[in-house]
Amino acid sequence: MADITMTGPRGPKPKKVFSRANIFLYGTLIMVSMYYLLPLYVMVVTSLKGMPEIRMGNVFGPPMEITFEPWVKAWSQACTGINCDGLSRGFGNSVRILIPSLLLSVTIASINGYALSNWKFKGSEVFFTILIIGAFIPYQTMLYPIVILLREIGLMGSIGGLVLVHTIFGMPILTLLFRNYFASIPEELFKAARVDGAGFWQIYFQIMLPMALPIFVVAIILQVTGIWNDFLFGVIYTKPSTYPMTVQLNNIVNSVQGIKEYNVNMAATLLTGLVPLIIYFASGKLFVRGIAAGAVKG
Amino acid sequence: MTVASDPPLRTPKRPNRMFKNMMAKIASIPMILTALVVFVGGTTWTVVYSFTGSRMLPKTNWVGLDQYERLWDSDRWIISIKNLGIYGGCSMILTLVLGFCLAACLDRKIRFESAFRTIFLYPFALSFVVTGLAWQWILNPEFGLQSVVRGWGWETFTFNPINDPDTVIFGLLIAGLWQGTGLIMCIMLAGLRGIDDDIWNAAKVDGIGTVKTYVVVIIPMMRPVFITALVLIASGIIKLYDLVVAQTGGGPGLASEVPAKYVIEFMFRAQNLGQGFAASTMMLLSVVIILIPWAYLEFGGRKNG
Repeated sequence: MADITMTGPRGPKPKKVFSRANIFLYGTLIMVSMYYLLPLYVMVVTSLKGMPEIRMGNVFGPPMEITFEPWVKAWSQACTGINCDGLSRGFGNSVRILIPSLLLSVTIASINGYALSNWKFKGSEVFFTILIIGAFIPYQTMLYPIVILLREIGLMGSIGGLVLVHTIFGMPILTLLFRNYFASIPEELFKAARVDGAGFWQIYFQIMLPMALPIFVVAIILQVTGIWNDFLFGVIYTKPSTYPMTVQLNNIVNSVQGIKEYNVNMAATLLTGLVPLIIYFASGKLFVRGIAAGAVKG
Repeated sequence: MTVASDPPLRTPKRPNRMFKNMMAKIASIPMILTALVVFVGGTTWTVVYSFTGSRMLPKTNWVGLDQYERLWDSDRWIISIKNLGIYGGCSMILTLVLGFCLAACLDRKIRFESAFRTIFLYPFALSFVVTGLAWQWILNPEFGLQSVVRGWGWETFTFNPINDPDTVIFGLLIAGLWQGTGLIMCIMLAGLRGIDDDIWNAAKVDGIGTVKTYVVVIIPMMRPVFITALVLIASGIIKLYDLVVAQTGGGPGLASEVPAKYVIEFMFRAQNLGQGFAASTMMLLSVVIILIPWAYLEFGGRKNG
């Protein structure tokens, strides 16, 4: 072997695994990790305990007797006001809000991005700039005008109205995402297609769409978590029968009537967090890419 | 532009500028409507109606700056602003410091980097409602952290930031930091990865210590990243609403009220639209005050140098 013939050691000096700096580094990281993991852990153990055990004491202790009853109760029996059909209704509403919002917002934004990068027209950059500035305007200044708008078209309080709102407020960031992506595709490709006589939609469907699949995934991740986690728009633009899951969750947990069932509350909280968590853990790097794209606006 | 000055020769085939790119224009109608009707129109509408005495329905009885005078006379608004100031200041400093330190730790070529990163970032995927409720439970004085520590033998331990008006804002801060630091860490990490290895080598040759290199060399180099992070944190702070509703409901009393909540309470519960419009216009103003220097630094500065 080569190292036998060598007179001295080769390569960089090996680092000591247990150096003081390393102990400090990993110690810090592990401590911080515990702060981050603690709430998730506490939620899980609380949701698996019975109420007598919770009253006895330690939130951090693992359950002595595991029970799934709180989960069942949170899903199908927890009460908000007079309705006692659990979070399942909120879940159903959230799904019915999520899917059309997702399709509509991603479709519109991808076409916007495509038009903005390949089919610039007079004023297109101006509209885009307004859109991006709009992403920074506090939602509060636009809430009431949208109420009027939705009333005018008869969608106030309905799921359709909320879908429209999500499409509008998802547009700036998604359009930016698609515009930057399409701008990075070599222009020759577009020009060649133009020379061959392809039009706006033909180029979009046959060339751009198949090439943009990765960015579609990023956009979908961004929107699923964003729409699922929304509370503000849900509370304002829907009515109790169409409340999304987050709003219903808040009403269940923070209701002042009845005895507090902390295990049911935590099961309900976890159920609501489950969808974005699954997306997060399943998507890994793509999620980071999505938020990085969301972060670097402009 | 030279084409436009000589149209008959250069563009004989194009009959009308209006129809040029027609499909792209049609396809952009949703974007144009959103930009003009909702963003420009909606914002202008709210600002204009903040000068009216609208109560249950928007009306055009002009009252000048009356709503603003009432706003700044209102204890609740003053409390909201103070809370946002404390929360915002602490959150900004702590998120930046923690975010950078965590990113720096992760950038030291450590093992299990992606596992740590996954742990630090997962709260960001959750809803503020979920975050608020989880921390409400952990900080519950009867069963939560306080009772556990008392159970360990420290009988007088008091940590009850949810029900104490003086410290409730720090209860919110704990939850807010838990949710938001991961994102900033990710941005900082991306910034650190963008720094050339040569810089590190040069610092090593010059005998500058690791910590000193970060402070003296790396942080100044990462100025744009810090500015982006600051803008992100600031725009998140102004939107602070769901967390407060879920974790404290604005209580105890009015101790954890925030401006965004003030706006929504007045618009949709107290049926005092004018107050809500005035308060939201103040929020808009604060965003403008933050954004203009940033836009100047980001875009104006680049052109000059």
